[in-house]
Amino acid sequence: MKKGLKKWSLFPLLAAFAIILSGCGEEYISTLRPSGAVGKEQFNLLLLATSIMTLVVIVVSVLYLLTFAKFRRSKLGEDYMPKQVEGSHTLEVIWTVIPIILLLILSVPTILATYKFADVSAMDEVDEEGNPTALTVNVTAKLYWWEFEYPEYGIVTAQELVVPTNEKVYFNLKAADVKHSFWIPAIGGKIDTNVENVNKFYLVFDKESAGLNGGEGVWYGKCAELCGPSHALMDFKVKSLNRQDFDAWVAAMQATEGQTASTDSTDLGEAVFAQNCLGCHAVSAVSPAGAMGPNLTTFGDRNRVAGILEHTKENVEAWIKNPEKYKPGNLMTDMYKELTDEEVSAVADYLMSLSVEK
Amino acid sequence: MSSVAVTKKKGVGAVIWDYLTTVDHKKLAVLYLFSGLLFFAIAGFEALLMRIQLMFPNSDFISAGTFNELLTMHGTTMLFLAATPLLFGFMNMVVPLQIGARDVAFPFLNSLGFWLFFLGATFLHLSFFMGGAPDAGWTSYASLSLYSPGHGIDFYVLGLQISGAGTLISGINFIVTIITMRAPGMTFMRMPLFTWTSLISSTLILFAFPPLTVGLFLMLVDRMFDANFFDHTMGGNTIIWEHLFWIFGHPEVYILVLPAFGLFSEIIPVFARKRLFGYSSMVFATILIGFLGFMVWAHHMFTTGLGATANAIFAVATMAIAVPTGMKVFNWILTIWGGSIKVTVPMIYALGFIPSFVAGGVTGVMQATAPLDYQLHDSYFIVAHFHYVIVGGIVTAIFASFHFYWPLFFNRAMSEKLGYWTFWIFFIGFHLTFFVQHFLGLMGMPRRVFTYMEGQGWDLFNFISSIGAIMMAIGVVLMVLNMLLSIKSEPLNCRDYWGDGRSLEWALKTPIPFYNFKQTPLVRGFDPYWIEKQEGNPEGMTYAEPLGDVHMPNNSILPLIMSIGLFVAAFGALYHPDGESWSVPVMVIGLGITVLAMIVRSVKDDLGYHLHAEEIIEIENELYGKGGNK
Amino acid sequence: MLNTKFTPQTWPEHPEQATHEGKNKYVGIWIFICSDIVLFASLFATYISLRNKGPAGMQFTSQELFELPLAFVMTMFLLTSSLTSVYAMYHLKNYNFKGVQLWTGVTVLLGLGFLALEIYEFYHYVHIGFGYTQSAFSSAFFTLVGTHGLHVIIGLVWMICLIVRNASRGLNLYNAPKYFVASIYWHFIDVVWVFIFTVVYLMGVLG
Repeated sequence: MKKGLKKWSLFPLLAAFAIILSGCGEEYISTLRPSGAVGKEQFNLLLLATSIMTLVVIVVSVLYLLTFAKFRRSKLGEDYMPKQVEGSHTLEVIWTVIPIILLLILSVPTILATYKFADVSAMDEVDEEGNPTALTVNVTAKLYWWEFEYPEYGIVTAQELVVPTNEKVYFNLKAADVKHSFWIPAIGGKIDTNVENVNKFYLVFDKESAGLNGGEGVWYGKCAELCGPSHALMDFKVKSLNRQDFDAWVAAMQATEGQTASTDSTDLGEAVFAQNCLGCHAVSAVSPAGAMGPNLTTFGDRNRVAGILEHTKENVEAWIKNPEKYKPGNLMTDMYKELTDEEVSAVADYLMSLSVEK
Repeated sequence: MSSVAVTKKKGVGAVIWDYLTTVDHKKLAVLYLFSGLLFFAIAGFEALLMRIQLMFPNSDFISAGTFNELLTMHGTTMLFLAATPLLFGFMNMVVPLQIGARDVAFPFLNSLGFWLFFLGATFLHLSFFMGGAPDAGWTSYASLSLYSPGHGIDFYVLGLQISGAGTLISGINFIVTIITMRAPGMTFMRMPLFTWTSLISSTLILFAFPPLTVGLFLMLVDRMFDANFFDHTMGGNTIIWEHLFWIFGHPEVYILVLPAFGLFSEIIPVFARKRLFGYSSMVFATILIGFLGFMVWAHHMFTTGLGATANAIFAVATMAIAVPTGMKVFNWILTIWGGSIKVTVPMIYALGFIPSFVAGGVTGVMQATAPLDYQLHDSYFIVAHFHYVIVGGIVTAIFASFHFYWPLFFNRAMSEKLGYWTFWIFFIGFHLTFFVQHFLGLMGMPRRVFTYMEGQGWDLFNFISSIGAIMMAIGVVLMVLNMLLSIKSEPLNCRDYWGDGRSLEWALKTPIPFYNFKQTPLVRGFDPYWIEKQEGNPEGMTYAEPLGDVHMPNNSILPLIMSIGLFVAAFGALYHPDGESWSVPVMVIGLGITVLAMIVRSVKDDLGYHLHAEEIIEIENELYGKGGNK
Repeated sequence: MLNTKFTPQTWPEHPEQATHEGKNKYVGIWIFICSDIVLFASLFATYISLRNKGPAGMQFTSQELFELPLAFVMTMFLLTSSLTSVYAMYHLKNYNFKGVQLWTGVTVLLGLGFLALEIYEFYHYVHIGFGYTQSAFSSAFFTLVGTHGLHVIIGLVWMICLIVRNASRGLNLYNAPKYFVASIYWHFIDVVWVFIFTVVYLMGVLG
């Protein structure tokens, strides 16, 4: 796109914007520092649109300041009587045609990109053995957490999406309760998760997330549609891995098949978990999607507790003791019996030990 | 008050009764103005609380639930209950005067429209004291609003239903008034631009409010009577709400912004001492904006998943609106070009409006770019955009018009000095608040969040934004202070306060008598008062009829009673889902009051009364001294 | 205005628009109908998108439910009432008050007949289990047709009020516009019904 812009002589303006805008925001969350084909094309559109629009604002402002400076009554005298002009057809035509041309320039890439981003035909493509050629993730948004199902691998995770880099990742998105919206700003634009239908789109992740934000190593994802008191806290994180690491992660996830917590366990944490939590939270990645609570198989590998709190044992304990305090309106509050401090601590230990990466 | 007929002192009770029963468009304008201001202040305060909460990351000044109530009530109140009545106030005051009419076509309905609006608005605000305000955003998307516990959403649905009915009635009234009540010679293409924009805006109300009425009704029966429109487990579909809401919601923006354009189109020629440039293209652009305004609602739903074709069509249609809007901006600038610009408070608002509104407009075009909107939608960029349009376009127009039309309303002038202070503090505050929000959105901050974590790069801009909001609040306080001080000032008792008035409303001497024109004026061209002035006519108008009897409508308390009936019935409906045994009787009693008042209205003859020529001369002598309105 | 005595010769050509108030009413009703059209358009759109939609295993579909003969009789009632309303306006123009009252009365009777059939129809549906809360389809059906029914009731109350109120007063330029406006409103209700008959019943049965 940048090449094509040169002939519109907007390039200097464009370059200036690219420099100014790219200094803005954090790499792991800013749309101004995109790291995927979708986000980059959207960023280019932003540059094009901003350039045209800034041009308009500048022209109008200059014209207007000039007029304002030139025709002050204090300069012209109290009694000056301006000529009462009706209008001018030539001028009318000029300022009708020029905006139309500017809008046409903008509308062509708009239409092309609209169709391009909506093209999910590759989702259904299969190779000779009938396996899908592209990776598809089923996203279900629920009150203040996200479930990610990988149908072709038969695994489920929550709160942290794991994806391979440099390939189109397709998404089927749906909401389980109220409408949410799925947004990873640094990777590409959002799409709503509706309650009655499945939306589909794709994203591309150019870069491995490992080095982001001083080793935190994740992209930030957001819910962008007001969904209740804790809308602001409905964050998720995305790890992008190279294909090899991704395959390894999938294998590790698949290996958790059958894993469960037992009430008879000698580990107090596991036993308490099995009694109080297992009804909603699975600890094996090979479980059916649509659980009441987030799948906790990878809890120890995660970046945040409940999507928002720093990943420490203290925070796990605090969360279990009073989830309402951290996420008002969440559905976990009062779903289990009151636990003693000792039990809470044991459950926290147990949870922190759940991992597929270590 | 300017419109009180005779200067005899009245008791407080009599004045209140007079305002409760009045059908005079000027008094209703005052009522609209003050109730609009009240709700503007409430909604502004809500905004201030939200900005204080967002000033720092992880702040716990306001809880999550309360924040959602505030953001919902802020948006709902500002659009339905502040901007709309304030503009209606100006429309009521100015439009009949501009077209040379003694009142609107249906004075009774005018009063009914006001009381429905006011009681609907009051009903909505009672939610704060009765178990919680609505909390699903002003858009109240169906899945969340069905899920929302408590009665908040019920207050939203019923309150807006009542006040929306009032708005629709007023809209019909304005349309008929402008079609049938124009003075002789006031052809359509001689109507001042504010009258034109009021006509188009009322037409938009006419077509846009019924879908809202239907949407709200479906929500009402879903929540209170177990219907299944939006419950997908029963075959319902929440996207229907989104469509109905935005088929209303997008024109609503133009319903508000077109009269604002009209106000500036009145202000700019007066202070440039020059005829409005390109009048006919301005009229054409207004109509075109109104028309296109109905073709673009789905641009609010680009991320809903309507498919590429729908998105592409609506993207291009939306961009098209920029063309007539651009025409308007250039016409304003060319009006000033070659003029003689006098800088006054209204004019400085007009001058501040042009660049601010253009900035808001161009970000609108950016969002019309559907694929780019996937990034911008529901982020702070949107918040910045629509506040640039609404504050930069509509609120500046309202503030400018307070100063501009204050002499017509109250026969007093607002302080210029305080006005400049207000302008600068408010204007700088406004840009501080909202300019940085563009970048917050681009940096990944979703809208409608009650808090945000540190370390996402948003702290500084949020802080700046909150400082700006505080400045805006100070500006508004100064504005209200200015209004209060003006009441203490000397009455003006003059005609054409600004010296360069062009349309008929300036040809009248203030205080304006309740019958407006003692003789119907004859309009001899565009800008009739300007024409008469140029020809040295001391009375400011040529008359179309000799001095004779004037027919005036009777006051009536029935509009208030009808509105109270609906207000009562709404409480019954509200508590119906709780299974309260009194809910159905209350509904029946409330509706009964309304129906009864309607039957009384239709069975009783209301022919109005005649004011005789001698009485008119007497009133004029009392208002203006011997010689009357000369 | 009330006191002026007219003869058929002095009675104006367009009595409904002879006074300023009358003209306002005449313009006003048309403007109101514009907005009512949008109201019904919204309801129609909602109905069409929810037609035959319901919970899994829903019992009723429009094919099984609607019976064209009944709907056809209702249509005839309403269309005839439009015709009688035209007669009333014909007499209004000719300053024949008795004719106005008579034909407006016949219009009311036909409207009542329509309403009775509609109430029977609704009662029947509810009786066989197709209640308001049964499915999205039932909610949409009752809301669309019910809103039309509500309009019919308002029109009937309006015309009855006019007949009763003016019975002893005769025709004058104050109440002539009222009859005229009520008649326009009644025609509008009929037109809406034609659309309901087509979209709901005809398309419902034919699929």
